[in-house]
Amino acid sequence: MTEPRRLRNIAAQIALTPAWLIVAFAYVGTVVWTIVISFTSSKSIPSYNFVGWAQYARLFSTDRWYISINNIIIFGVLFLTICLVIGFLLAVALDQKIMFENSYRTVILYPYAMSFVVTGLIWQWMLNPALGIEKTVQALGFPNFSFDWIIRTDMAIYTLVIAGVWQASGLVMALMLAGLRGVDGEIWKAARVDGIPAWRVYLFIIVPILRPMIVTAVVLLSIGVVKAFDLVVALTKGGPGLSTEVPAKFVMDNLFLRANIGLATAASTVMLVTVLAVLVPWFYTEYARRNRGGHA
Amino acid sequence: MVKEIDYIKISRTKGTTMGGINREEILMKKIASWLVTSTILVAAAAPAAADPLKAEVMHWWTSGGESAAVKVFADSFDKAGGQWIDSAVAGGEAARAAEMSRVVGGNPPAAMQFNYGKQFAELVNNGYLRDLTAIAKEENWAKIMPPAVIKAITFDGKVYAVPVNVHANNWAWISTDAFKKAGTEWPKSWDDFFPTLDKLKAAGVTPLALGAQAWQERILFEFILNSEGGADTYRKVFVDHDVDTIKGPKFKAAVATMGKLRAYVDDGSAGRNWNDTTALVISGKAGFQVMGDWSKGEFRAAGKKHGTDYTCQTGVGDAGGYIYAGDVFVLPKNDGAEVAKAQDLLVKTMLSPDVQVAFNAIKGSIPVRNDVDTSKVDPCGQIGLALLKQPEKQLPAPTFTITPDTDGVLNDALAAFWADKNADEGAFIQQFADAIAADGQ
Repeated sequence: MTEPRRLRNIAAQIALTPAWLIVAFAYVGTVVWTIVISFTSSKSIPSYNFVGWAQYARLFSTDRWYISINNIIIFGVLFLTICLVIGFLLAVALDQKIMFENSYRTVILYPYAMSFVVTGLIWQWMLNPALGIEKTVQALGFPNFSFDWIIRTDMAIYTLVIAGVWQASGLVMALMLAGLRGVDGEIWKAARVDGIPAWRVYLFIIVPILRPMIVTAVVLLSIGVVKAFDLVVALTKGGPGLSTEVPAKFVMDNLFLRANIGLATAASTVMLVTVLAVLVPWFYTEYARRNRGGHA
Repeated sequence: MVKEIDYIKISRTKGTTMGGINREEILMKKIASWLVTSTILVAAAAPAAADPLKAEVMHWWTSGGESAAVKVFADSFDKAGGQWIDSAVAGGEAARAAEMSRVVGGNPPAAMQFNYGKQFAELVNNGYLRDLTAIAKEENWAKIMPPAVIKAITFDGKVYAVPVNVHANNWAWISTDAFKKAGTEWPKSWDDFFPTLDKLKAAGVTPLALGAQAWQERILFEFILNSEGGADTYRKVFVDHDVDTIKGPKFKAAVATMGKLRAYVDDGSAGRNWNDTTALVISGKAGFQVMGDWSKGEFRAAGKKHGTDYTCQTGVGDAGGYIYAGDVFVLPKNDGAEVAKAQDLLVKTMLSPDVQVAFNAIKGSIPVRNDVDTSKVDPCGQIGLALLKQPEKQLPAPTFTITPDTDGVLNDALAAFWADKNADEGAFIQQFADAIAADGQ
């Protein structure tokens, strides 16, 4: 019995070899290369003139880098939280066996079919005080109405959250709705017999059941946060001033615009390390939980 | 280059963990299509040995006026026995990134566009470019081109680029209608400057049309520094990297003027594109815009006439110089004598007097040769030509003298300064001084 299986394994391994090679060279290889380059003085052409931690020293003495990190934290926390809450509430609302559910679902998921670039452009017009919401409401007879967040350095970062939430909430809703459909109807019957109010059932029974869906949503949204670049470019171009700069834009600007590959790779290495430092312990506990035989 | 592969990596892992349409997939597709395009470009660059001399030319002239101008080059080259293969990439940064990738990847085109200055210095230092000293000598470039242009294309005594035009950054584009409405005219001195803006404001006109993107703010600031501080101050800051001047009174005055201007722009200014901003001046909603001479194309496209609809000024008063910039083509080393022949023909064509006149008339710039018929140059260009005859008025744009890296740091500092009404002038000046000092090293 063991012999054929091992043979089959060998065949499978051989078939997988190209995939492994691609992983090794294209993924791991480029990551390693990026890290190596971050220790050089490369400008617009990669060079191997090693300068130690100089690029990192410069990175951490750059105001714009700190502003970027600060912004990504504000954006990330708000974007994740609001998306999850709105997505969950929408899913619960749609799960009440309402009429036209399909139409609602399509409408709510629709923004997600648009790229961040399109989302950014749409909201750039809507939020522009001289063209969009502010102007419209003022024209409707409320001359004192003011909604000029996008041109205020202290508020512009929240316009990114608005546009991001508008785009991604539908995805969370779709995931949560799928999860809700998988909940055993018996649970509801039992809860009703016990006289437990619906909100408590949702909060203490359904949400834990939805855990895998929530994890999936958090992972998907988080990747979007770390990579946030196109939304910023389309919506605010990092402005006003530097108020909506994000790390990914810092990397891209230095990589292409400013011909400073060394600094750009140092920044992306810091991003990679940060992401790993956050994700690895989290994934570890998640998988440990599953392997201990919990649900999911 | 790292980044492209990084994106694919992230997107691919995403694609396998999740089906359906998602953002990552859309992004992936976007990038995939970009990669495919670049692959096609690479494929198209394969050296050819057909009868006409083929030359693939990479550039970023994609707007209406620009592509009409580049067509002059293409048609003339085809007529002269070549075959122009057009590789236009929209956007200067994207184009330069693509050009760098092509060269470093070992598959360079016959010619690539850059701006004057340090953008292609690394290509020179790494030996990727053809030495054009022989052609320059034969065609007597040193005699027919402005000395500063020659200096900008010469590295260690050797010439490495073909200049094709002279642009200028420091232009104010003034709406005749708006100034008439306010019953005023372009100020004669900096003392009259803000009173004039107040009159425009009182007449219900946005005095200054500005798209608050860092590079546009830089053009405005350099306009002020050059005109209010004088050509000398500008030269000391950007050419001599003189930190004392940056900490001196003239620079400080320019910073103060810049700060004061925050009150004279409209609410829609944040992040607006330069051409949308020009449109405000064209329609008379705004008094003036400070922008390079490429704005001229917008006025022309809108059917506006110099003198009746708009006028142009290089500054307030006449203390300032002419901050010139411009485009060059570099010729990467290629395998095969055919490409070199095509490159030689290309240089001759681009610089022939007729082509220079025709090209620059459409492009809105000034011919790089001073021995051609300049009567076709428009009125604003004539002002520029007059200024270019005076050596002390010739000021190189910052791209000549500082690295893109420093340029970016200055952009960050100015963007932060402009956006914050309460920004500290001293802190901004210090950042500026630090960046310039670091650039000199």
